Amino acid sequence: MILSVKNLNVSFPAENGQCLKAISNLSFELKEGETLGMVGESGCGKSLTNLCLMGLWPTQAIIEFDELIILGKKIPRPDPKLWQDIRGSKVSMIFQDPMSALNPTMRVRKQIFEVFRFHRNDINKDQYEDEAIQLLNDVGIPDPQKRLDAYPYELSGGMAQRIMIAMALASKPQLLIADEPTTALDVTIQDQILTVLRELIEKYRMALILVTHDLGVVFQNTENIQIMYAGEIIERGKTKDVIHHPSHPYTDGLLKSLPESQKNQAKLYSIPGVVPDIHDRPPFCQFAPRCPKAQDLCDKEFPIWHKNNFSTAYCHFPMDQDNK
Amino acid sequence: MMTVLKVENLAKHYPIKGWGKKQQSVTALKDISFEINEGEIVALVGESGCGKSTLAKVLMKLTPATSGRIELFSEHDYQDEKTPRSTDIQMVFQDPYFSLNPRKKLWELIADPLLIQKKASKEDAKIRALELMERVGLRTNMADRYPHMISGGQRQRIGIARALILEPRVLICDEPISALDVSIQSQIINLLLELRQQFSLTLLFITHDLTVVRYLAEKVIVMYLGEIVEWGDKEALFNNPSHPYTKALLEASPSIFGQKKHSPLTGELPSPVNPPSGCAFHPRCPIAQESCRQKRPLLREGDDKRLIRCDLV
Repeated sequence: MILSVKNLNVSFPAENGQCLKAISNLSFELKEGETLGMVGESGCGKSLTNLCLMGLWPTQAIIEFDELIILGKKIPRPDPKLWQDIRGSKVSMIFQDPMSALNPTMRVRKQIFEVFRFHRNDINKDQYEDEAIQLLNDVGIPDPQKRLDAYPYELSGGMAQRIMIAMALASKPQLLIADEPTTALDVTIQDQILTVLRELIEKYRMALILVTHDLGVVFQNTENIQIMYAGEIIERGKTKDVIHHPSHPYTDGLLKSLPESQKNQAKLYSIPGVVPDIHDRPPFCQFAPRCPKAQDLCDKEFPIWHKNNFSTAYCHFPMDQDNK
Repeated sequence: MMTVLKVENLAKHYPIKGWGKKQQSVTALKDISFEINEGEIVALVGESGCGKSTLAKVLMKLTPATSGRIELFSEHDYQDEKTPRSTDIQMVFQDPYFSLNPRKKLWELIADPLLIQKKASKEDAKIRALELMERVGLRTNMADRYPHMISGGQRQRIGIARALILEPRVLICDEPISALDVSIQSQIINLLLELRQQFSLTLLFITHDLTVVRYLAEKVIVMYLGEIVEWGDKEALFNNPSHPYTKALLEASPSIFGQKKHSPLTGELPSPVNPPSGCAFHPRCPIAQESCRQKRPLLREGDDKRLIRCDLV
């Protein structure tokens, strides 16, 4: 087991002494070599979840969990210090915007060597250069020797993201968290980066958490998926099953609203309303106010996990998959 | 069918450094020719830096063209006009967070074009603005709010209402949905299609999302490094792309129905400051030959009445 999270709660103190709950009772597990897609709209807590897994949450956040085991290490309390020997070495992260994640004042060489210096005791200083060139080769950077001397501003967005991936892999992590790694890039470049990422995941047998809002990207790159809505996981299962046979009404609505699912200007489905504001979230089912299948029960009791042949959904009245 | 917008050999250069005879410039657009018929939805696709937004700006006269002709409703004098013809052609911008003046109330934002064009008094303008708010699906009791008080989807509705208040016949949408969440995107697309009926609009839709193009467009223009590489009916282009770049673009686009097995396009968009010789696409093209390096292909007629800039297919 690479990762096990039980009942992760994250809240932020508000002005009037209250707490705003950003993530509630989030639990999931990740096996070795598993690729997991995390999907949701902006503000649903997918990035925050991953920052918590990395021990990088914002300082004002209040973190609670029943259990957190990362790579066999049990973390007893939410103290960023306890992440020191995991973060960046066994668990690496790739961020959305490579241009703001790289240090603009340092050459690529120094930034990669830094990772070696902190996280790689198995190689000595003379080997750094070769190892770095090998890494840049792996991520498909042409002329790696020359690129080591480049500053980030000299790189294109795609190249910078490749450098980020190389840096994330420099420590030979067992778990890679990619937070919208291709959102800032063009489709052809996105295609290149995702292909490289897929190959490397296979080569190094890493587990991957891919955070994105693009269902097409998840479909092609992950084996399992979990859909998040307003700080909760609302559906999980095999990616193929969830995308082709969604159970939760939110997942269903999201998929139906993709232009891909309709042809030639037939009216697109759209989920009514907007994502509830964090100040004003419904007490029970978060999706109930927008849900076409909601009944009285949804406003009175917490949803329960329903399992069908395809996926598991956190809903009282999941979509009927038998009729499809 | 009436031609609404006709563009011939449009070019746009931006100066980058030097002056006088040493003036260097970057070619943002070259040799752009196309026409749009009344009521059509034309999608303009391509990667960032290919000149899509520059083209929109030139068509809107937000920046002057270096050479070439633009005809609006077959009127030749649109060419020489310095200021935009805001009553005929309007634009919705990409980012609803930056394109709205944060110090104006929502109704003022919508009514502004009317007031600037002196088409209505302030009272009448407000009434029209409230009417339009309703038509784009906003409650009129929001009229006195400011942009920071509403969501991204609502802001984009304001952007659309503002573009429509002068009742233009052509609407250019520059990536109107790419800053929005998936579930909001479909609302805005539906709205645009509805309004297109009501206002009998001709739409030029700029986007990089091919799933939206497949759904929405009737004709597609594919651009690469400032020039048109393929232009034709959507069905023809999507079912049977001719130009290697169009093909690559379609293969690269992620889909919930799975991607065809393919090898991704190598390399990146070259810098327009120092464009490749011959065909602009040859350094990345999987079928490029020696001749592509030397001779720049011309836009020629291909299958299904499409125009294509490639000599090999």
